[in-house]
Amino acid sequence: MTDLATEPAEIEAAPAEPSRWRTGLEWAVLYVLSIAGALVISAGLVAVTGNSWQKVFGALLDGAFLAEGRWGNTLTVAAPLLLVALGMVVGVKAGLFNIGQEGQLLMGAMAMAFVGTKLAGPGPVLLVLGLVMGVVAGGAYAGIAGVMKYRRNVPEVISTLLLVFIAYQIVGYAITTDWFLRDTDPDRPSRAVTSAIMPEGIRLPVIRMFGNEFPIGFVIAVILAFVVAFVLVRTVWGFRFRLLGSNPKVAQKMGIAANRTGGMALFISGGFAGLAGAIMLAGGSSGFRLTTGFATNIGWQGLLVALVAGSNALASIVVAILFAALRTGSGFLASTGVDRKIVDVVQALLVLALLIPPAVMFVRRRRKALAMADEEIDLANEEER
Amino acid sequence: MGDLFSALADVFTSPTMYSSAVRLGGFLAFAAMGELVAEKAGTINISVEGSLLAGAFTGAVGYTIADGAGISGAGAVWFGLAAGVFGGVLVALIQANMSHRLTADQFVVGLTANVLVLGLAGYLSANMDLVTHRAEVIEIPLLVDIPLLGPAFFGQTWPTYLLYPLIPLTWWLLYKTRWGLELRAVGENPQAADVSGIDVNKRRRQAIYYMGILAGLGGAFLVVGQVGTYDTGAVGGRGFIAIAAVYFGGWRLGGVLLGVFVFGLADAFRLAVPVLGYQLNAQFLAALPYVITLVVMFFITKAYRQPMALSRPFIRGLR
Repeated sequence: MTDLATEPAEIEAAPAEPSRWRTGLEWAVLYVLSIAGALVISAGLVAVTGNSWQKVFGALLDGAFLAEGRWGNTLTVAAPLLLVALGMVVGVKAGLFNIGQEGQLLMGAMAMAFVGTKLAGPGPVLLVLGLVMGVVAGGAYAGIAGVMKYRRNVPEVISTLLLVFIAYQIVGYAITTDWFLRDTDPDRPSRAVTSAIMPEGIRLPVIRMFGNEFPIGFVIAVILAFVVAFVLVRTVWGFRFRLLGSNPKVAQKMGIAANRTGGMALFISGGFAGLAGAIMLAGGSSGFRLTTGFATNIGWQGLLVALVAGSNALASIVVAILFAALRTGSGFLASTGVDRKIVDVVQALLVLALLIPPAVMFVRRRRKALAMADEEIDLANEEER
Repeated sequence: MGDLFSALADVFTSPTMYSSAVRLGGFLAFAAMGELVAEKAGTINISVEGSLLAGAFTGAVGYTIADGAGISGAGAVWFGLAAGVFGGVLVALIQANMSHRLTADQFVVGLTANVLVLGLAGYLSANMDLVTHRAEVIEIPLLVDIPLLGPAFFGQTWPTYLLYPLIPLTWWLLYKTRWGLELRAVGENPQAADVSGIDVNKRRRQAIYYMGILAGLGGAFLVVGQVGTYDTGAVGGRGFIAIAAVYFGGWRLGGVLLGVFVFGLADAFRLAVPVLGYQLNAQFLAALPYVITLVVMFFITKAYRQPMALSRPFIRGLR
C-alpha cells in the first residue's frame, strides 16, 4: 500500500515534466513541419499542372497586399469572416457546434436588403436598423436549431447544416418575387435576377487612406472581437457559456439552464453571422445587391477561421486577415494561368496542418500519463507482494 | 394548395416518377449505408460529402484512363468504379486518422476534408480532359414487368444493381459478425468496449473506411453509372442528405434506405411537376427534401435512440 501520509510535494515531483523550453521547441518544430508540409503539397500541385509556384506566390501576395488599394479589399473581406468566426467562438465555448453560418449570413443580408430597399426614412437610421435586423434574422434562424435541440434533442450540427440549404432557397424565392425583394426596375444593368440595389444613403462609409478604401465594417468587427474576448472571460454570461461548454453536468448543478444559456449562445452565434451578411451587403458585396450566390462561402470559411484560431476571439482577427488575403490574392491568379480553386486547396491543407500539432502533443501527453499510471499500478502490486 | 394535391396524385401514379426517384437517390443509398456504419461506431462523418465527390472525380479519371487505354463499355465502367472506391477511401483515411488516431475534432476534420476535396477536384478537373459515358441500361426480365415499381428498381443502368447485394452485405456485417457487434459496442459504450479488449479507435477507423468504400463507389456510380458526365458541382451538398437519411431512418438499415428513397421521390417530384404542367413554387420544391428531414427529425428523434456515444471522441482514461 502507498503511504497516505506521504508529503504532497513528493507526489507532485514524481512525474518528471520535460523542461518548458523543450516543450516549446517541440511545439515549434511540429508547427513548422506541418505548415511546411501543407505548402510543399500545394507547390507540388501547382507544379504538376505545369505552372511555377513562385509566380503563384507572387501573384497572391500582390493581389492581397502589395498592389494599389488591395489592403482595403482584403480587410473588406476579412470583416465578415471575422464576424462569422466570433459567432463560432461563442458557440464553441458554450459547447455548441453551429455550422450553418452560411445560411444565417444569408438571412442577415436578406433582412438588410428588406430594410434598405423597402422601408423609407433617414439613411443612418435605416442603416443601423438594417444591421440590427440582420443580427435578429441570423440569430432567429439559428434559433430554429436551438428550439429543435432543446425541445426534441435534435443535434444542432445536423439541423444548422440542413438549414443552410433551405436558406439558399428562401433567398432564391425572395429575389424572384416582386412583392419581396426582386428588382423590378426595367433599367437595371443586367438581366440576372437580383434584389434592388441598396440606396446611396444606406451604405457603410469607407475611410480613404494611403490609396486604400478601408471599410468601417472591419473596424466594427475588430471592436466586437475585443468585446467577445472580454465578455467570455470577465462576465457572468461568459462564465455561464464556458461552464456549459466544458461540463454540462456541473453547469446544471450550478443552476445554469442548458436550454436558456445554450439557446442564447446559438442566437448570438447566428446573430454574428447575420451581422456579417448585413455588413457585406451594406459594404458593397455583389454590387450592393442580394443575389443567389451572395454568400460566396464566407460562412463556411468564417467557421474555419474560428477553428484555426483555436476558438480564440483575438487570434481570429489575424487568421481572418490571412484567409481574406488568400481570397483577394486569388483574384490576381488569372494572370499566371492557374485556376483560382488552388486557393481553396491551400486553405484546407493549412487548416489540416494546423490541426496536427495540438493533436499530436495531446496524444503524446496522454500516452505518457497512461504509461506512468501503469507503472504506478505495477509498483503498488510489487509492494503488496 | 389544391394544385399541390392534384399534382401529388398525378405524379405518384406515374411509373417514371419512381424510376427517376431511384435514379436520383441511387448514389445516395451507397453513401447513406456507409454513413450508417460510421455512425453506428460513433462518428458523425461529415466528410461523406467529400468521399462522394472524391469518388466521382477519381471515378471519372479512372474511366478516362481506361478509355484512353482502349478499354471501352463495361470494362471502363468497372475501372471507373474501382477508381472511385480508391478516391473515397483516401478521404476516409484523412477523416479516420485525424479524428480517431490524433483525436482532432471530427466535425472540423470533416468540414476541412470537404473543402479540400471540393478545391482539389475543381482545380485538377480544370486541368484535365475527362471523357465519360453512361453505363448501359439492362432490364432484368420478369421483374421489370412489375407494375409501377418494376422499371424503377429493375430497369436501370447495370451498376445500379451493385446496390442490391450491398444491402444484405452491410446488414450481415453490422448485425451478424463479431466485427459488427464490436463496432456497435464501440458506438454505444466505448469505455465498456475498451475494458473488454476492443481497440475502440481502430474499430471506428475501420467503420469510416467502410464508409469511404461505399461513398466512393456511390460517387463513381453517379458519374459513370448514372449521369455520364463529370461535374464538380454534381454532388453539391447532397452528401449531407445521406447524413440526414441516417437520422431519418433512426439508425436502422431499412429506415435509412427508405429515407434515401423518400429524398429521391422529393427530388423526382420537383422535376416532374413542371413537366406535368402544374405551377408550384420552384424554391419550395428544391427545399423540400431538407424541410422533410427537419420535420421528421423534430418528431422522430425521441422515438428512436441514437448510438449513445455518437460524435463523442474516445480517449482512454478520459470520459
